Amino acid sequence: MGAYVLLEDGTRFDGEACGADAHATGEVVFTTGMSGYQESMTDPSFARQLITFTYPHVGNYGASAEAMESDRVWARAAIMRAAVNREDAPGAERGWLDWLRDCGVPAITGVDTRALVRHIRSAGAMRGGVFPERISEAEARELIAAEPSMVGLDLAREVTPPELTVVGDGDVRIAAIDTGIKSSIVRNLVQRGATVELHPCTATAAEVVASAPDAVFLANGPGDPAALGYVVDTLRELIGPRPVFGICLGHQLLSRAVGLETFKLPFGHRGANHPVKDLETGRIEITSQNHGFAVVGPGGARTVDADEPVRWSTDFGEARLSHVNLYDRTVEGLTLLDVAGGTVQYHPEAGPGPNDSLYLFDRFLDQIRRAAA
Amino acid sequence: MPRRNDIHKILILGSGPIVIGQAAEFDYSGVQACKVLKDEGYEVVLVNSNPATIMTDPEFADATYVEPLLPGPVAAVIERERPDALLPTLGGQTALNLAKALHEDGSLERFGVELIGADYDAIARAEDRDLFRQTMERAGLRMPRSAIATSVDEALAALGDVGLPCIVRPAFTLGGRGGGIARTEEDYRRVVARGLAASPIGQVLLDESVLGWGEFELEVMRDHNDNVVIVCSIENVDPMGVHTGDSVTVAPQQTLTDRLYQRLRDQAIAVIRAVGVETGGSNVQFAVDPVSEEILVIEMNPRVSRSSALASKATGFPIAKIAARLAVGYALEEIPNDITKVTPASFEPTIDYVVVKWPRFAFEKFPGVSSDLTTHMKSVGEAMAIGRTFQQAFAKALRSRELDSSTAFSELDADALLTALERPAADRYDVMLEAFRKGATVEAVHERCGVDPWFLRELRELALDPDAPFRGERSYKAVDTCAAEFEARTPYFYSGWERRAAHEIEKGDRSSVIILGSGPNRIGQGIEFDYCCVHAAMTVRDAGRDAVMINCNPETVSTDYDTSDRLYFEPLTLEDVLGVVDVERPEGVIVQFGGQTPLKLAAGLQAAGVPLLGTSPEAIDLAEDRGRFGALLDRLGYQAPPYATAHSVEEALRCGSKVGYPLLVRPSYVLGGRAMEIVYSDDGLRDYLVRNAGSNGNGREIFLDRFLENAIEVDVDALCDGEDVWIGGIMQHVEEAGIHSGDSACVLPPHSLGHQMLDRIREHTAGIARGLGVVGLLNVQYAVLGGELYVIEANPRASRTIPFVSKAIGIPLAKIACRVMLGARLRDLDLPAEPMRADHVSVKEAVLPFDRFEGADAVLGPEMRSTGEVMGVARDFPTAFAKAQAAAGAALPAGGTAFVTVTDSDKPGAVAIAQTLHDLGFRIVATRGTAEAIERMGIPAERINKVGEGSPHVVDWIERGDVDLVVNTPTGSGARSDGWEIRRAAVTRGIPCLTTLSGGLAAARAIAAARSGEPAVTSLQELHGRAARAGAAT
Ligand SMILES: Nc1ncnc2c1ncn2[C@@H]1O[C@H](COP(=O)(O)OP(=O)(O)O)[C@@H](O)[C@H]1O
Ligand SMILES: Nc1ncnc2c1ncn2[C@@H]1O[C@H](COP(=O)(O)OP(=O)(O)O)[C@@H](O)[C@H]1O
Ligand SMILES: [Mg+2]
Ligand SMILES: [Mg+2]
Repeated sequence: MGAYVLLEDGTRFDGEACGADAHATGEVVFTTGMSGYQESMTDPSFARQLITFTYPHVGNYGASAEAMESDRVWARAAIMRAAVNREDAPGAERGWLDWLRDCGVPAITGVDTRALVRHIRSAGAMRGGVFPERISEAEARELIAAEPSMVGLDLAREVTPPELTVVGDGDVRIAAIDTGIKSSIVRNLVQRGATVELHPCTATAAEVVASAPDAVFLANGPGDPAALGYVVDTLRELIGPRPVFGICLGHQLLSRAVGLETFKLPFGHRGANHPVKDLETGRIEITSQNHGFAVVGPGGARTVDADEPVRWSTDFGEARLSHVNLYDRTVEGLTLLDVAGGTVQYHPEAGPGPNDSLYLFDRFLDQIRRAAA
Repeated sequence: MPRRNDIHKILILGSGPIVIGQAAEFDYSGVQACKVLKDEGYEVVLVNSNPATIMTDPEFADATYVEPLLPGPVAAVIERERPDALLPTLGGQTALNLAKALHEDGSLERFGVELIGADYDAIARAEDRDLFRQTMERAGLRMPRSAIATSVDEALAALGDVGLPCIVRPAFTLGGRGGGIARTEEDYRRVVARGLAASPIGQVLLDESVLGWGEFELEVMRDHNDNVVIVCSIENVDPMGVHTGDSVTVAPQQTLTDRLYQRLRDQAIAVIRAVGVETGGSNVQFAVDPVSEEILVIEMNPRVSRSSALASKATGFPIAKIAARLAVGYALEEIPNDITKVTPASFEPTIDYVVVKWPRFAFEKFPGVSSDLTTHMKSVGEAMAIGRTFQQAFAKALRSRELDSSTAFSELDADALLTALERPAADRYDVMLEAFRKGATVEAVHERCGVDPWFLRELRELALDPDAPFRGERSYKAVDTCAAEFEARTPYFYSGWERRAAHEIEKGDRSSVIILGSGPNRIGQGIEFDYCCVHAAMTVRDAGRDAVMINCNPETVSTDYDTSDRLYFEPLTLEDVLGVVDVERPEGVIVQFGGQTPLKLAAGLQAAGVPLLGTSPEAIDLAEDRGRFGALLDRLGYQAPPYATAHSVEEALRCGSKVGYPLLVRPSYVLGGRAMEIVYSDDGLRDYLVRNAGSNGNGREIFLDRFLENAIEVDVDALCDGEDVWIGGIMQHVEEAGIHSGDSACVLPPHSLGHQMLDRIREHTAGIARGLGVVGLLNVQYAVLGGELYVIEANPRASRTIPFVSKAIGIPLAKIACRVMLGARLRDLDLPAEPMRADHVSVKEAVLPFDRFEGADAVLGPEMRSTGEVMGVARDFPTAFAKAQAAAGAALPAGGTAFVTVTDSDKPGAVAIAQTLHDLGFRIVATRGTAEAIERMGIPAERINKVGEGSPHVVDWIERGDVDLVVNTPTGSGARSDGWEIRRAAVTRGIPCLTTLSGGLAAARAIAAARSGEPAVTSLQELHGRAARAGAAT
């Protein structure tokens, strides 16, 4: 059955429908990772987004439980060049397309994804949708128009758990504000001996520290950090007494908490090959990326030209800009110097992507243990 | 850390002649390195014995030595040039082994030369299988269980823990030479013995078999800050057991989950760190069991490789270029990504297309050789194709192979085809596709060949609907390293098929000229033609046009996006070329430089109204149509050997006797002298016709030429602008006519053709050039017999010898030809009247692959079999010849025992050779007949048994290593004849074996010359300077 991708600017790309027989609207983004399609679809950070996979073949090794980054699919649709089902792949528990159908997720294949990506690259990420042919372009346009744009959108509330849940039983207790945390983050913490509390993002500071955790963790998640003023306020109460760490959205929130601004990137960073430089050690890591917003540097510039750590003072004492993206020199991480805390914009937990940065979890837990001792 | 300023002069080693396992990819990487290092302001010294390379063009280095890649000559170069550093990682295994040797014999230390890129210990850790294993174990990485043996007995003792089947791998050999899979115990004895003989250190590794596991390669780069990136992952469609060089491979990997792929990535990084390659690229090979997800490390190459060239072309990430910068101190983040300009090289390319590489085989040239594929490499070239989907890429790769004969399996049923798939052979995918067409299921095929079902499903769809991938519109997309995340600046394109065309080509307002490349390397059409295409591109750019290259060979310089203004990585079929013409609308297309491949398209292109530059298709046809060409020669009053054309056995026999025996017979349609034979009688002819009935189906033409025995063959390369003719070089072959021009050694200038003859050759060549109406290059082959000059053939295109001649005379023939094709007149190009009056002699020697093909007869004939060539330059012929022999891998002995056995007709000549060798103090041994003839002239000769006469016979002698030089002229290549056994044994033991009298005589004289010690080394720049002065003096 025929289907098409329509963007808010009227650009249209045709293909064939696959996955669930439905339509989807949201922000059309692209990821350049060559594997890890299922991880991406189930990553809460992709809430309300339609993922364009730049790698043509998607589904090659089917779908399996181990690739779940949450308990459901969050992305609204998959836009692909050449999707396959592969129910018989070794290790596959379900075919990729069967699985999308089971999850009620529409998808489209046979699309000239490269042309689509080139359009987004120049025009910027925008709203759009995937529609079966039976839906007219006129209807489709209305459906797209009904979609709010990402800017100013609080999506944390959509993905956050209804109430507190606790995972693992290790020697260190970490209270995470769950704005859409990925399973591999939780897994990495638990594997290293942590008990992880997953708090709804609306939790108050008091609730978060009720059980006297050894550290606070700020999760990844979807949407505009600027719309999460309430989390930032909570955060400002939490910084200081105990180490605070964050990944992705968590990094943006901590940055806002210490007075930095955030802004929307033209089409985001989504992939598994971005080089990020640790300004302290000079080492370069190949990182997994998935974010549409980024942090404005302390100087007020959106890019950082300095090649050594930039220090500045915040309400919480001195802070240091620790990481920079070598592709576009945007901020990729910061460290608080007078109180224990640090964040990275990229995804050390991989899932999908390279494992170059897993050591950050060891460092994180060592610091907690030292602080606790 | 930026550029190192403590080193100024850097020595680069090339990889020498093209051989199986080491091809044009090292010219590509070497050229990139030379360019980069010169740009960085270093003085570059280069040694490479292969004249057909771009890297040995004088402008690519400050001093270029076309000398044998052996410790002696290279040490001499070092002593003369005193480089500060040696970069050994760009010249393949040859350069690596050579660097190792130069370290071990103290030369590097003596002259204070630092190894950069990879130090001695790192090389040892990667190359010595035992050390490598220990290194991996220390790094906590797993390898197949294995044992090391230095004798067959040791090997038998180890059988217990490795078990059968067992993978036998000689240490320090290239492309797995001499190794193999042993399935039974006697296989095992045989393969181990062969492996021990092949290994320069007499060591074999015996590996537990993981046949059938998935095979993966990762291309890794590391800088001195210990930052590591993976440039590309390559998945072998063929499971473990088929050498990666013979496997169909795909980039990026298709079948691994992200989790599993990331584990491979982590291990590849661990490997390069453990081995300690401080800067540069490495290739790491893994075996992966898709079910248990177990990963084993197979090997790592601490240098650029065939796979890294493939990875560079597949991703747009120029590994060799970056490796060279890293070697002189830069860090990855300090090097900009050529393609995006804005991002640094410290990233991992991501691609949004599929790349498929296909090996190109040449079994048809080696009757009796099995086309089964195993752990040692047998392919002679490769084609790469890029598509938006696997099916597009695979189908394009199929087209790119350009097989001379397509295999038909119509008679086989699905079951027979499935059975055939159990032993991987060169045609396995053709068999597989046919099996699918005949209804075989993916499961059944997987059963038999173990190829991952993902590929099989795609291939089945392709077999059942070959057009499906090409529905919609052809859309030229760019290779940009980043899946369109950034704007690409480098115009490197491929055609994908999409619903609607969305071309990404950006052209300026300069008009463009399309140059058609030569496709996959194969015997008869190799790097020489790529060299010419690259020169054409340079010339077109100099002439103010956009050079547009179309080619599908990933090994080459022509497919480096730096070479042209726009590169289209496409198959060289009429349809694909017309596609590019459509979007380029070029001023003209050049078909003269890529060998037969583009020439075959000339007519079709013209029919489609495409303007062709240079010699017209009519002229090409006039040269190739024997009738019309014969008529031209008659008109000019030139002689050709009497010939006839027959269309049936009877007719052939009738003409045969009319033309007169001996006859040279060949089917009309084959290239490179395929299926060409010499017959001496009606019976011989009948026999030939019967044997080749299959290959020349009824009505197919058969050519019969009078075979000129013991004639001197001459090759001429000339330029013509339609009026004026300029002779670039006259080459006299060492072997007599009857040995394919591509396989015989030749010398320039000629050493024994009188002045009148040379003048007649010039005059004939000019006559033919004008007669054909050549605009550009012309190659004419002659035979000189009894003072008579015969024209054998004329090729109005670049010939195999263009690079050799250009280097010998210091004038770039292909570039001049290209200028002529663009409209220049020869008389305006102030060429010297007499290019050859240089005071040096250049010898070209062919390099043959017999040692790679068990069962092949190591004898030369009218059918070309060589894969590559080397050049020897010296002040006199014998010295140049000796250098060429050494460079070709058959260094002549200074003394010892010479074994001589020749056909009766050759006995007189053999005596002369024996005389010289005797005077040089050689002990002469010979079979009865030859010994008598020699003794009759009062030269002592010991008699030894023919194989038939019982042990110890000649083959025993050779295998015991009691013979240092073999002169054996064949008595007609009857398979398994004595001669066959002798040549076979010599080749296996690497003993120089001369199969022609002229070759034998040249060798004897060369040995005499070599007595005066290690010959001097001279750079091309010096030679050409001298040549120019000599030219000016006239
Ligand atoms: N243990 C093994 N079991 C099965 N096949 C193997 C094994 N080791 C190597 N091979 C096959 O042999 C080929 C050549 O081995 P490799 O170590 O890569 O030698 P080379 O130096 O010639 O590349 C590999 O490409 C692989 O297909
Ligand atoms: N009439 C002949 N007499 C002797 N040798 C010949 C004759 N014709 C061809 N040859 C030999 O066969 C070789 C191949 O023949 P050629 O016509 O050049 O075919 P190709 O197109 O393969 O170069 C020549 O290089 C030459 O050595
Ligand atoms: Mg290998
Ligand atoms: Mg010829």
